[in-house]
Amino acid sequence: MSSIVVANSLSKQYGKVNALCSLSFEVNEGEIYGIIGPDGAGKTSLFRILTTLLLPDGGNATVDGLDVVRHYREIRRRIGYMPGRFSLYPDLSVEENLQFFASIFGTTIEANYHLVADIYRQIERFSTRKAGALSGGMKQKLALSCALIHAPRVLFLDEPTTGVDPVSRKEFWEMLQKLRTEHGITILVSTPYMDEAAWCDRIALIQNGRFMQEDTPAGIVKSYKPVLWSVKSRQMHELLHDLRRFNMVKTAFSFGETYHITLSDGLSIPQLKGHLETCGHEQVEITPIAPSIEDCFMELMNQTL
Amino acid sequence: MSEYAIVAEGLTKTFGTFTATDHITFEVRKGEIFGFLGANGAGKTTAMRMLCGLSRPSEGRATVAGFDVEREAEQVKRNIGYMSQKFSLYDDLTVEENLRLFGGIYGMTSADIKHKANHLLSNLGLTDLRKAMVGRLPLGWKQKLAFSLSIFHNPKIVFLDEPTGGVDPVTRRQFWELIYEAADRGITVFVTTHYMDEAEYCDRVSIMVDGKIEALDTPSQLKKNFSVGTMYEVFYALARKAKRGAG
Repeated sequence: MSSIVVANSLSKQYGKVNALCSLSFEVNEGEIYGIIGPDGAGKTSLFRILTTLLLPDGGNATVDGLDVVRHYREIRRRIGYMPGRFSLYPDLSVEENLQFFASIFGTTIEANYHLVADIYRQIERFSTRKAGALSGGMKQKLALSCALIHAPRVLFLDEPTTGVDPVSRKEFWEMLQKLRTEHGITILVSTPYMDEAAWCDRIALIQNGRFMQEDTPAGIVKSYKPVLWSVKSRQMHELLHDLRRFNMVKTAFSFGETYHITLSDGLSIPQLKGHLETCGHEQVEITPIAPSIEDCFMELMNQTL
Repeated sequence: MSEYAIVAEGLTKTFGTFTATDHITFEVRKGEIFGFLGANGAGKTTAMRMLCGLSRPSEGRATVAGFDVEREAEQVKRNIGYMSQKFSLYDDLTVEENLRLFGGIYGMTSADIKHKANHLLSNLGLTDLRKAMVGRLPLGWKQKLAFSLSIFHNPKIVFLDEPTGGVDPVTRRQFWELIYEAADRGITVFVTTHYMDEAEYCDRVSIMVDGKIEALDTPSQLKKNFSVGTMYEVFYALARKAKRGAG
């Protein structure tokens, strides 16, 4: 498989702040590549460099074989970019926005309608409404249609699902899967939601301008070293304090209705259970559990501290 | 005063022919952590604006901290705290200046501000950064500071609008520990979130669909009612029926 995006030691500084620290990675043609991490990790700086909107301070990158600094004009023709902030024209109608983006790329809505059809059809009945008056979900669909209308080779989606409810997020990812599967479009997408990793072919976990790990979601889970346990008792609130106070418990984090913990070597589960019961806990349940990407992210943060 | 921090009865807001919030009725107990969930466009923000005294109900009524949101909006504002991910602090003021500004707005005395500021900063481990511009703080610290500031004037109720959006998983959990501390101090917490694991951390949760509250109970009871294992599944079962918002 060939690489359609290649980054070599990309760096970016803002004053004394290192936004990106020598990032290197490759994205294969036709894959969904997720860049997952919190706000301020460097996701937007990376996207802006790859979309030729920001100059790197060090390193280089190519998109579809073209250098992001020297060949920026040509790259812009070949990519679609959906920035994190809504960036369409609020006082143009839905249709006018799509028309506008088609025409500045020298094409027509008709020529590439097949690409956007699935998505655009959902908002077509509002085609005369001003983009500024659309709901959040509709804006997102229009922005994706506008980023696609010139049939780009690569789509760059910067936090398309931030602030979106879980049901709409699932629908959005299903649209991306279809674009990849049916039209072979390569998609780079960033998100702060760890659970969205499952929708990507490969992911990079980013924090403080560095990739902490890069692999398939399954590969990342597989390389998680500690044994993870899920714990609950009738006194959940006190349980977290008691777990943290016990020096044989290495990490303890809340995860929905249970706590996920890792233990020091030499502590058996019956011992832990006994300890917690001595602390006054009833109905203590301790079960082994497979880590999620979020567990992996926290473990990696812990290692790099 | 009653045992409730918030009482809403048939609270409704219409914009033209569109009913954003449609006759919602619920109570929030004092000291409770109340999760206010719903799909985008379900009417959460509109409801929250009415409860904060920022928007007049078209119909129905609500009291917050014992004050009527329509007739006593100013009293409501004095007795609540508010924080969202979008607006929290002034980036180009220092940590200390932000504290003085918000304390002053809420009518705290200089002595009171000074005393509480010292306490707050040492609690958060920010004492050495009191002269730092807020814009230079890492996002996680900023959010924790913003929350502490939203309860700086010791309000009866704090409204948190997606307070943990975009923060890293460790900070997100630390943030919830601050929420628990506030609730332990007797502050009622009204919180919206799109993280379904956070719904589990609430005492009770309501889920809005198309302007109405479709479910309201403890997380464990909701899961039981829907015969599912997670709050995500409860949310999914309700929100996928939504006719608006998704469009």
